[in-house]
Amino acid sequence: MEPNGVSVIHIGDQQVSLQPPSFLIPSLPPGTLSLTTRTMASSADRNPPPFPASEEPEPELSDMADGDSDEGEDIFVSNVCLQPCHTFYNSLKVESFFFPPLFLGDGMNAYVAYKVSTRTSLPMFKSKAFTARRRFSDFLGLYEKLSAKQSLHGCIIPPPPEKSVVGMTKVKVGMDDPSSVEFVEKRRAALERYLQRIVSHPLLLQDPDVREFLERDDLPRAVNTQALSGAGFLKMITKASDAVSKMTIKMNESDTWFEDKFQEVDMEEQQLRKLHAVVDSLVNHRKELCMNTAVFAKSMAMLGNSEDNTALSRALSQLAEVEDKMEQLHQEQAGSDFFVFAELLADYIRLLGAVRGCFDQRVRAWQRWQEAQSTLQKKREAEAKLLWANKPDKLQQAKEEIGEWEAKVTQYERDFDRIGMTVRKEVLRFELLSDWSRHVLTVFVCLALISFQLIKFWEAFLPEAKAIA
Amino acid sequence: PDALCERDKVKFTVHTKTTLSSFQKPDFSVPRQHEDFIWLHDALVETEDYAGLIIPPAPPKPDFESPRDKMHKLGEGEATMTKEEYTKMKQELEAEYLAVFKKTVQVHEVFLQRLSSHPVLSKDRNFQIFLEYDQDLSVRRKNAKEMFGGFFKNMVKSADEVLISGIKEVDDFFEQEKTFLLDYYSKIKDSTAKAEKMTRSHKNIADDYIHISATLNSLCAEDSTPNKKDLWKLNLAFFIHLQKVEGRVASDQELKLTELLRYYMRDIQAAKDLLYRRARALVDYENSNKALDKARLKSKDIPQAEEHQRQSLQKFDKLSESAKKELTSFKGRRVVAFRKNLIEMAELEIKHAKVSSVLFSLCVSLAVCS
Repeated sequence: MEPNGVSVIHIGDQQVSLQPPSFLIPSLPPGTLSLTTRTMASSADRNPPPFPASEEPEPELSDMADGDSDEGEDIFVSNVCLQPCHTFYNSLKVESFFFPPLFLGDGMNAYVAYKVSTRTSLPMFKSKAFTARRRFSDFLGLYEKLSAKQSLHGCIIPPPPEKSVVGMTKVKVGMDDPSSVEFVEKRRAALERYLQRIVSHPLLLQDPDVREFLERDDLPRAVNTQALSGAGFLKMITKASDAVSKMTIKMNESDTWFEDKFQEVDMEEQQLRKLHAVVDSLVNHRKELCMNTAVFAKSMAMLGNSEDNTALSRALSQLAEVEDKMEQLHQEQAGSDFFVFAELLADYIRLLGAVRGCFDQRVRAWQRWQEAQSTLQKKREAEAKLLWANKPDKLQQAKEEIGEWEAKVTQYERDFDRIGMTVRKEVLRFELLSDWSRHVLTVFVCLALISFQLIKFWEAFLPEAKAIA
Repeated sequence: PDALCERDKVKFTVHTKTTLSSFQKPDFSVPRQHEDFIWLHDALVETEDYAGLIIPPAPPKPDFESPRDKMHKLGEGEATMTKEEYTKMKQELEAEYLAVFKKTVQVHEVFLQRLSSHPVLSKDRNFQIFLEYDQDLSVRRKNAKEMFGGFFKNMVKSADEVLISGIKEVDDFFEQEKTFLLDYYSKIKDSTAKAEKMTRSHKNIADDYIHISATLNSLCAEDSTPNKKDLWKLNLAFFIHLQKVEGRVASDQELKLTELLRYYMRDIQAAKDLLYRRARALVDYENSNKALDKARLKSKDIPQAEEHQRQSLQKFDKLSESAKKELTSFKGRRVVAFRKNLIEMAELEIKHAKVSSVLFSLCVSLAVCS
């Protein structure tokens, strides 16, 4: 099925569409997830760079399932792909529009509302398609809730894009500024990727909070995500105390697998950070180049005008046109692609941070276990002392406490093991590079096309140049 | 004549092959420095006889500042980069250095060639000395006073130019030329500046690609999972090629387009100088006319005034004639040069685009297969 009005290049089984218009209707074979975008910035005329539509090939998921089968518990993964009769697709769209302030006094309280549209055939949702209006703090609130609950089990929760006071103020103050439009667009794309990742995580999808987020018309405002609030400070304090406890208590790692993976993740994060910095500067330079080329083209055109030799004049103005066209090409296509590169990298760096958090969870579970064990030990000693001092009533109490603590110890131990297993599964599942490779492919294709175009342009210019008498 | 170059302290070796009888030997070479070229140029400019000619512009001082700065920065930043990255950047810088070098040689060469192909200027005594004199010319460098004097002269000249541009032009041809040249000059100056910025951006991008490929390289080296590794390698290859292509595009563009514009900017300046000189001659002539009239009124010193007037008229006429010839040939020359350079640039761009399209298609097919 062809998306309307879009040229689609079939490369193998992957469908990559170039220059999609702003609205795409995907057709989805069973068992795959797809991503569509639609942007609606209310006051801006220009079309922000659209996110290319792509389909995740199915084999990838099943590969992972096979790899995990030796771990044992695979209920969640199999839900996704080993039941082809259960046609399941879940598509997510995030649009954005600006919620206009009611009175002037409300200026700083204005916010950007994002429309989240879901289309699904999963039975757990009430209807097939629904939309909800959400604002940025809602997304953050969802993250808070999820991490509070799920992190106890050792899942990797994808982190949302960061709060940016500067960016938002700019948006609120001046709507026509192109940089603020860009900001909103960046945020929208990031939020979309965030939601997409959550939805594609089978565990998280089961969570009622996620469902609520997608379905409910009105969410209670997540107040504790505000930067300067009591909850915010509390968070900072807990973060600090965590850091301290990490430094003081060194876990003796029984499982080398975790140790290795941790190192790997660490190194990868470092490298990605470096890469991100360089890609950022690349994006900036490209922008610069586009600007400069445009300016140059204009001055060339003027030069061509003042040139009295007609053939040369024509040639010069042709040159100006060629340069102009080149610049446009570069800006539209390659520019936005590299830009998305940078965004993806930033996302990955954050994700790696989340993976780290996962490992930390495991360490914390171990700590709890150890603490419980030492408390148990102390209680036993107390009991022994009491026995020796012969105080029967306190003895009874002590025995109860011991029983209690023993139960806790076993529970924590089990928790720890379970977390360990979940973390393992999660990390294996963590496919860092799937979108990356897809994206790289689009960039390649894009650049190839650009170079073809360039050839045509220059070849058209050549006879003009030769014709100068 | 030909110009070869040695490194360090920019000594040029001017190699001449000639069949003119005025030279002692048919084939000889002498070492020269940049200041010698400047001296020659100034000498030509100051000769009254050549007032009616367009003196080709002096080559600019060889500028190794920017690559030298970059080298320095590179040395400082060595600690933060990996070995390969460092060597790559160094290579890039060396290439840039070489490019600057080549450009300088080219510019000097062009200067000499124009002198020798000019029917009048090639017979100039100074020029011949320049080509022949075996020992070091030991040209007296302009001391501070002379520099200042030269600067002052320039200021006077530009003030004069403004005054003179108001003079009514007797000849339509020159009127046209004047307006055209003035206009063209400002435009071409603008274009040159913009072109320079553009090529610099290109170079920046090429540098970025080096960094990216280096980082990808290290990512590749550290990563254990095989399919990830392949992916990174693929990315790496991609970026390396991108960088090479981009870098080459940038340097070619610079050579052809920017240099062309720059050179003609200076040439047009020289043409403007010619016009200026002519206008000054015209002013002189008119002044002498007025003096003659005044003398006639006072009826004394008439013969001197007449003589003076006749001389200035003669000068003016001679100047105008040669100026006309020069300007027309200049136009033709300019058109030809533009044509040549534009064609070459277009061809190079096509070549690059073809190469990169092949590369990218290859990358695409590789990516799909893997």
